[in-house]
Amino acid sequence: MAKYLLLKHYRGAPAAVNDVPMDQWTPEEVTAHVQYMQDFADRLETTGEFVDGQALAPQGTFVRYDGEGRPPVTDGPFAETKDLIAGWMVIDVDSYERAVELAGELSAAPGAGGKPIHEWLELRPFLSSPPTITE
Amino acid sequence: MDEALLRTLTPAVIGVLVRRGADFAAAEDAVQDALVEAVRVWPDDSPRDPKGWLVTVAWRKYLDAVRADTTRRNREVLVESEPVPGESEAVDDTLQLYFLCAHPSLTPTSAVALTLRAVGGLTTRQIAQAYLVPEATMAQRISRAKRTVSGVRFTRHGDVATVLRVLYLVFNEGYSGDVDLAAEAIRLTRRLAATTDDEEVAGLLALMLLHHARRPARTTPDGRLVPLADQDRGLWDVGMIAEGVDVLQSALGRDRLGEFQAQAAIAALHADARTAEETDWVQVVEWYDELVRLSDSPVARLNRAVAVGEADGPRAGLAALAELDPALPRYTAVAAYLHERDGNPVTAARLYAEAARAASNLPECAHLTRQAARLNAEMRR
Repeated sequence: MAKYLLLKHYRGAPAAVNDVPMDQWTPEEVTAHVQYMQDFADRLETTGEFVDGQALAPQGTFVRYDGEGRPPVTDGPFAETKDLIAGWMVIDVDSYERAVELAGELSAAPGAGGKPIHEWLELRPFLSSPPTITE
Repeated sequence: MDEALLRTLTPAVIGVLVRRGADFAAAEDAVQDALVEAVRVWPDDSPRDPKGWLVTVAWRKYLDAVRADTTRRNREVLVESEPVPGESEAVDDTLQLYFLCAHPSLTPTSAVALTLRAVGGLTTRQIAQAYLVPEATMAQRISRAKRTVSGVRFTRHGDVATVLRVLYLVFNEGYSGDVDLAAEAIRLTRRLAATTDDEEVAGLLALMLLHHARRPARTTPDGRLVPLADQDRGLWDVGMIAEGVDVLQSALGRDRLGEFQAQAAIAALHADARTAEETDWVQVVEWYDELVRLSDSPVARLNRAVAVGEADGPRAGLAALAELDPALPRYTAVAAYLHERDGNPVTAARLYAEAARAASNLPECAHLTRQAARLNAEMRR
């Protein structure tokens, strides 16, 4: 088994094929989209491949250590960050091919006109623990 | 086997052990062990006196634990000098437990976890599932909380307001899992209300009942939020509303108004309207004025602006809104709503989309996006 992180971007990924902002869809299309995402996660739970999934608010802040006895420095939120994560899903699957297949399914979530968004999702393998048998 | 009964007995049994001289943390552990044994044994051999059984078993578990410690810590003296159990058992220690678990030295998250375990009788696993954290994390949170209150004396004195804040949190942060946290919060508040005649305890109980009564109408089967005005009021739980109104009226009759009573009064006015149009918005605004006077909460002021918009028209609502800080959560959503009512769909759609980006949960985000989408679609026609 191998774990993968599926990342959905607000910004920073190549443009989707059906790239229409959500507030320009019809209310029914919004509902259908939300339902598709929920069904996808539910289905992965039943196949035993779902680990975790979360959506993130767009507002974020950068924070760093500023030396002994000083409060951390914060910066942001930045309105124009180039890359902005919208959410993630962690899956635990048998192969890279299966991970790609699932990412493809998620990217087919319906958008404007009820047609698939063809959104680009980022697929990142987890670094795992070293195996017991090495030779 | 009646799990609900077991859970009801938890705080009283902990109380008995503490009165016999056990410290709270050890008593709480011993009672959890006894509950586990009850789940194992009772199905075959149910005791006639469940509480007596639990006290006996929990006390034995406690003594075992202390004896195991004794050689190391040399605390024989304490064990041997235990008073003989007896007279104190009639006293209900539940109230002291509420105070202890909501002690001001605890953070709100710790107080919630400890209350659900020691007063609510839930297992660590159930609480962990409800709050979507790993069981080991929740176990740590609970044992740290127990250490924090270990030096607190087990007395009746405490501020009931801290307990109410904890119960309010349990009710309001309804997450997932097997346990219905809202129902659990109602159970615990009902129990507290039976123990004290504090008006605000009754106020909180009424508030919970009146909101819980609307739950079947608040979301569609596929998880969409339904705003109050659009809810199918036939789905509201009439019995629960009646109980909430009763509890509230007897509290208000004692003439010591507090924020929870005021919030419950607003909920009761909504419950009273057979249709959204029949809502007595003038009275709702008056109660919000009371609430602002009592709590000076910005959230109350924001909700008041909505009510003013209904009572005196959207312009008045926008004027009330203009006095508030735009950084308030839901400020933009309220502005969008009032602008739409004021016949300004372009601004409203823009604000709904902006509010969706600022939403703190997914159903609300989807709802606000849908509102923006609806207006934009209407304008395209």
